[in-house]
Amino acid sequence: METLLQQTVNGLVVGSVYALVALGYTMVYGILGLINFAHGDILMVGALVALEAIRLLQIYAPDLGLIPTLLAGLSVSVVVCMLLGFTIERTAYRRLRNAPRLAPLITAIGVSFLLQTIAMIIWGRNYHTFPQLVSTAPMEPLAGVFITPVQVTILVVSAVLMVALMLLVHKTRLGRAMRATAENHKVASLMGVDTNKIIAATFIIGSALAAVAGVMFSSNYGIAHYAMGFMPGLKAFTAAVLGGIGNLGGAVLGGLVLGLVESIGAGYIEDMSFGFLNSSYQDIFAFLILGIVLIFRPTGLLGERVADRA
Amino acid sequence: MNELANAIPWLGKRNPAAARWVVIALALAAPLIAMLFGKSWVRILDFALLYVMLAIGLNLVVGFAGLLDLGYIAFYAVGAYTFAFLASPHFDLHLPFWLVLPLGAVFAALAGIILGLPTLRLRGDYLAIVTLGFGEIVRIFMNNLNHPVNITNGPQGINMIDPLVLFGWDISRPLKIGEEISVNSLFLYYYFFLACVVGSIIFVQRLQVSRVGRAWAAIRDDELAAKAIGINTRNMKLLAFALGATFGGVAGGLFAAFQGFVSPESFSLMESIAVLTMVVFGGMGNLAGVVVGALVLTALPEILSTWPYRCSRPCSDRCCWIRKCCGCCSCHWR
Amino acid sequence: MKHRLVAVAVLAIGASAAHAQEVVRIGATAPLTGTQAHLGKDIENGVRLAVEEYNARGVTLGGRKVKFEVMAEDDQADPKTATTVAQRFVDSNVKGVVGHLNSGASIPASRIYNEAGVPQVSPASTNPKLTQQGFKATFRTIANDVQQGLAIGKYAATVLGSKVAVIDDRTAYGQGLADEVVKAVKASGGAVVSREFTSDKATDFAAILTKLKAARPDVIVYSGMDAQAGPMLKQIKQLGISAKFITGDGGCTGEIIKLAGDAITSSAYCTQPGLPLEKMPGGKNFNERFKKRFNADVQIYAPYAYDAASAIIEAMKAANSAEPAKYAPQIAKVSFPGVIGTVAFDARGDIKDGAVTVYQFKAGKWEPVQ
Repeated sequence: METLLQQTVNGLVVGSVYALVALGYTMVYGILGLINFAHGDILMVGALVALEAIRLLQIYAPDLGLIPTLLAGLSVSVVVCMLLGFTIERTAYRRLRNAPRLAPLITAIGVSFLLQTIAMIIWGRNYHTFPQLVSTAPMEPLAGVFITPVQVTILVVSAVLMVALMLLVHKTRLGRAMRATAENHKVASLMGVDTNKIIAATFIIGSALAAVAGVMFSSNYGIAHYAMGFMPGLKAFTAAVLGGIGNLGGAVLGGLVLGLVESIGAGYIEDMSFGFLNSSYQDIFAFLILGIVLIFRPTGLLGERVADRA
Repeated sequence: MNELANAIPWLGKRNPAAARWVVIALALAAPLIAMLFGKSWVRILDFALLYVMLAIGLNLVVGFAGLLDLGYIAFYAVGAYTFAFLASPHFDLHLPFWLVLPLGAVFAALAGIILGLPTLRLRGDYLAIVTLGFGEIVRIFMNNLNHPVNITNGPQGINMIDPLVLFGWDISRPLKIGEEISVNSLFLYYYFFLACVVGSIIFVQRLQVSRVGRAWAAIRDDELAAKAIGINTRNMKLLAFALGATFGGVAGGLFAAFQGFVSPESFSLMESIAVLTMVVFGGMGNLAGVVVGALVLTALPEILSTWPYRCSRPCSDRCCWIRKCCGCCSCHWR
Repeated sequence: MKHRLVAVAVLAIGASAAHAQEVVRIGATAPLTGTQAHLGKDIENGVRLAVEEYNARGVTLGGRKVKFEVMAEDDQADPKTATTVAQRFVDSNVKGVVGHLNSGASIPASRIYNEAGVPQVSPASTNPKLTQQGFKATFRTIANDVQQGLAIGKYAATVLGSKVAVIDDRTAYGQGLADEVVKAVKASGGAVVSREFTSDKATDFAAILTKLKAARPDVIVYSGMDAQAGPMLKQIKQLGISAKFITGDGGCTGEIIKLAGDAITSSAYCTQPGLPLEKMPGGKNFNERFKKRFNADVQIYAPYAYDAASAIIEAMKAANSAEPAKYAPQIAKVSFPGVIGTVAFDARGDIKDGAVTVYQFKAGKWEPVQ
């Protein structure tokens, strides 16, 4: 029982990072119908920029407290990622908006590798130690379940950001414009929505979320690395598909479900398969879910959109 | 034959016949020219031909039928592992290659159909992501199927794979002509691979102008319209997957025999993307283009890593990419 | 940078003066870029030091004075690149090769060396398969995974506690070593209570560690690299697991200490084939020479690379020839006092009496136990 509870907590922590990243995927897909492969790498850039900023701060402003340092590092990385997201949209995707469907997707893969390579040139291939400004020492176990302050922070921050994004999309003028653009570009622009601006705003918001996710990811595991964004990116995409791509609530649900499936799956697959499979198949769950959902229920759990957008 | 001429942009238009002969002469003489710079270049050429086969196969799927496949390397893996299972000490089977290679192609084609059947309803980017998952699943299974029953030997890979033996003639050994002349096995592999590549090109070229090729083009351009004019889109797409996979399977088998060792790390997602890059770089759907794309993208990193001079003092990664100014190490495109 | 330029100038002068003598090239290959670049560099420098010292002393083969030259190549820890590098060595008429670091690179490359008849002495590849292929001129100066796995398993099961959990990273190295550990644990009367798997790209181990926690192991064996072992130690602490931790040479580095931060304690152990540098017969002296020459610390493999190069040159001296066909059989017969101890090979080509040392984390660094 203790083990199951602990696995649930593990799954929720991982899942909420997936969910944050999935929100970015789902927003972009909802509006452009584009799988932004580079989104996971923006997470990586976010983490590494924050790392660099925090390092500098620790040298030049050592008296700043832990939390202010972290917040400052985070803000720098959020701003950098927003700029990055904007630039990518502007230079790589905008001119392909009316191109055949394969072109933007291949471009997105290219952008992803470009970001990784640039990060590798700047930060090298080694794993970096990410400063642990929020404690990672476990707190007093509750019902045998261990959780650390940084994990609690992750859960809280994710929840707050998700709610904030929902409010933004459903209650503000910008949000209404975004939804209109998602529904139909041309009609939206006829109604006086500057769709270019709205699409840029979507990329900027998505990138900011990825930057936060990156910083949280690195704070939790204490490492940062030029290729760290790829797997979480892919998993987050799975989460977005699972929840119904284009649907914000679905992305959150998908992220949490995927986190739980991975964690509980890795914990119990050996017993369930009578010892034939084992935890080495942990990474397969995401891909299997992805395949099964797309094949049997392309709309995902909460999806209302039709997946068939060729 | 026009494809041959197209490979040379300027001459091809003015004087196709001359261009054709230039291409043929170049293909035949390439290993001899490469030899001037060392045998390692002949080996690189051999690998380049394998990539050409892969690119031709992927081009069938992506370029002709318009189905973006990001897990293509899985078929390469199926071919390579089939060869490794049936012609190595691993299961103590040593079947001849003319049996193993077609079997690898058949298994790869089957894998293509298995992947194709459920995913046919998906289009564009969804298909891409499912195939990506498929590729990873295949790799993960190859990496882990050594427990509880040892099938693939897991991450250790399979070693000591039999070389190609053509009618009792082992082409991994130098060919001795008389007393004096000995032809290195790298050359023998080169010409064997070249024969395979030429066969593939002719086959694909005929296919492209056939009913099937036209059907694929129709599906790529507009699936609904293709359906409306009576094309069985399902079967045609399956055929594209299966045929594309076949090329991957054959190339995989040749790779296994050439390298003598297969392990799951050779079949990573990066390889899929590398092959896709070759196809895109050469021009999707353009046969001559993908061949050139594959050759250039295999050779270029090797050339860049040794040019302008070989340097024995390596340096850090950071410096590597700007090494032209600090004059250090060799670094490779991965 | 200045130092580098000076060094280049010196090398250039050295190279131009060398034409008078017969030049014998020795290949040195390892990953010189990438995450293992520091280890690869260590190997290259070890070979360089050996070659420079032999050159300084002067070696005469077949009546002619010879000058040894190092040809260093980057194999990127990649099997395919390794075969290309091997071919390049053969093309360049290299007489003997010291390399590669990774077994995954060594094994396919060894085929090419074997076909060309060029002797290969690996200073770092520990996979038992390397020397089991039946190649006559494939050697290594480091203890293999069977020996290391035995040491880890025995130490874990008899000293650290009887209930052992084993995790590996599903690489050729990690899985091979882990299987040997499992065998050794059982042979020493311990029990493997949990066998888990992760990957060499993973960062999150919470799920497998939670599962393993339920089996209440006394000790966790991780068979993989430092980049995963560091974060894993952190998560072991986060999940409140009190088991001891031991890892093989892949995690026996300074990097793991950095990555694990405050989560690494004196209950962390690691093993390293060979004796610690200060306990090697020629270790202290070697360290000084190495530092003086390269202005860098010995990472791990430099002494093994040094002895590997020495073994090749000693065999050439014994055969009085630098021709591989003539001197290769002599490598199997060498027996000389090297840095790591007596360098001599068994029938397969493995180093005789390969030692394995256990280290414990103490006061910020790895300290040899006993």
